[in-house]
Amino acid sequence: MPVAVRVIPCLDVDSGRVVKGVNFENLRDAGDPVELARIYGAAGADELVFLDVTASSSDRETTYEMVRRTADQLFIPLTVGGGVRTTDDIDKLLRAGADKVGINTAGIANPQLISDASRRFGDQCVVLSVDVRRSKESPSGFEATTHGGRRSSGLDALEWITEAAERGAGELLLNSMDADGMQNGYDIELITAVRAVVDIPIIASGGAGQLSHFAPAVVAGADAVLAASVFHFNQLAVSDVKLQLAAEGFQVR
Amino acid sequence: MTNVVVLDYGSGNVRSVQRALETTGASVEVTVDFETALNADALVVPGVGAFAACVEGIRKVRGDQIIGRRLAGGRPVLGICVGMQVLFERSTEHAGDGYFAGLNEWPGTIDTLHAPILPHMGWNTVIAPLTSEMFAGISDERFYFVHSFAARTWELDPIEKMTAPKVTWANHGEDFVAAVENGPLWATQFHPEKSGEAGLTLLANWISTVK
Repeated sequence: MPVAVRVIPCLDVDSGRVVKGVNFENLRDAGDPVELARIYGAAGADELVFLDVTASSSDRETTYEMVRRTADQLFIPLTVGGGVRTTDDIDKLLRAGADKVGINTAGIANPQLISDASRRFGDQCVVLSVDVRRSKESPSGFEATTHGGRRSSGLDALEWITEAAERGAGELLLNSMDADGMQNGYDIELITAVRAVVDIPIIASGGAGQLSHFAPAVVAGADAVLAASVFHFNQLAVSDVKLQLAAEGFQVR
Repeated sequence: MTNVVVLDYGSGNVRSVQRALETTGASVEVTVDFETALNADALVVPGVGAFAACVEGIRKVRGDQIIGRRLAGGRPVLGICVGMQVLFERSTEHAGDGYFAGLNEWPGTIDTLHAPILPHMGWNTVIAPLTSEMFAGISDERFYFVHSFAARTWELDPIEKMTAPKVTWANHGEDFVAAVENGPLWATQFHPEKSGEAGLTLLANWISTVK
């Protein structure tokens, strides 16, 4: 397929500031999401994801302002997830300049949110974000978790993903809680299992540690590969990931 | 300074279109004011979401009249994404076994793409005619697409003594119309405002044709 494999850095932000830190040289402000977004844009990132971990809903205004300032300077797609509970939250993020909005815990609590959002804003705006971990109690062996993997939802991950896609989610941000932070490679087993049940684009997330980790995720069925710390700490460059993918025969931008 | 209006009929994110156009040096106003949109040097018709909702939104602000009168006067109009799709005769999106009517500037039906993965989401290549003004100075670049429906055929027959429309194609599962240059009416299925430097160059190309 000629559409390019997307390489997507993900920034965790809290009250408009990047958390966990980012280790770049020549950075005036390592916590400024706007400056980081600009740098990633220039470095060839195909998209950016902001994961808003702001705990207090009263701080949401800072999130909107951050999205606004980023979108003013960044001419690549921007997805914002985290803390999205209502279609009005989505509306505010889209108006601030987000192109897509990630729905996670709130979608599990209220699946109608996925349907309502896709009807109101279009499938292409609605990214289902799922934190998946292995569980013997789930029929497929994978369960969907909530609250960033801290709680079990009791839902089988594959069943939930299938339902959300039918409700109109236009894309899936598939995060493996088992692979996340391990830097041992993407969760190929999970990606393969999910690809077999849905035909919406899949963004693979969790586990990237080396250049050799990206192509297997694409072979397993991912349309895009997301990573956070390996990019932020200069372990890998976006351009090197693309060169490696191209060397393995995949289309990149 | 070229003055551009982005028709703000309630469809999605017009902010990035505005900012991207501003990088070309144009002054950009986001409005639905009839006279302002009619008299602007150039008009952008954005579009996000469902076809029928966009057509309804455009008609509600008399956007169909604005577009029609501008084109009659040879004044530039650029449709983006669903803003391009609405220029066609009709669409099957959410229409059951029937159709929703479009603005009918061009014949043809917007239909679901036959592709294994939908939406078509991401950066894809295009094949532009050599004479394209839209893609002047742009080669080997990808543009950002996000859509499930498209014009899978181009049905406007060339008319003698009139300049033939320049049609640019892309492929996702099958060929579809990625962009059109038809006199004062231009359109892109992809999002130039989200296509990095290549997209900004394309918008600058468009602005440079505005007299």
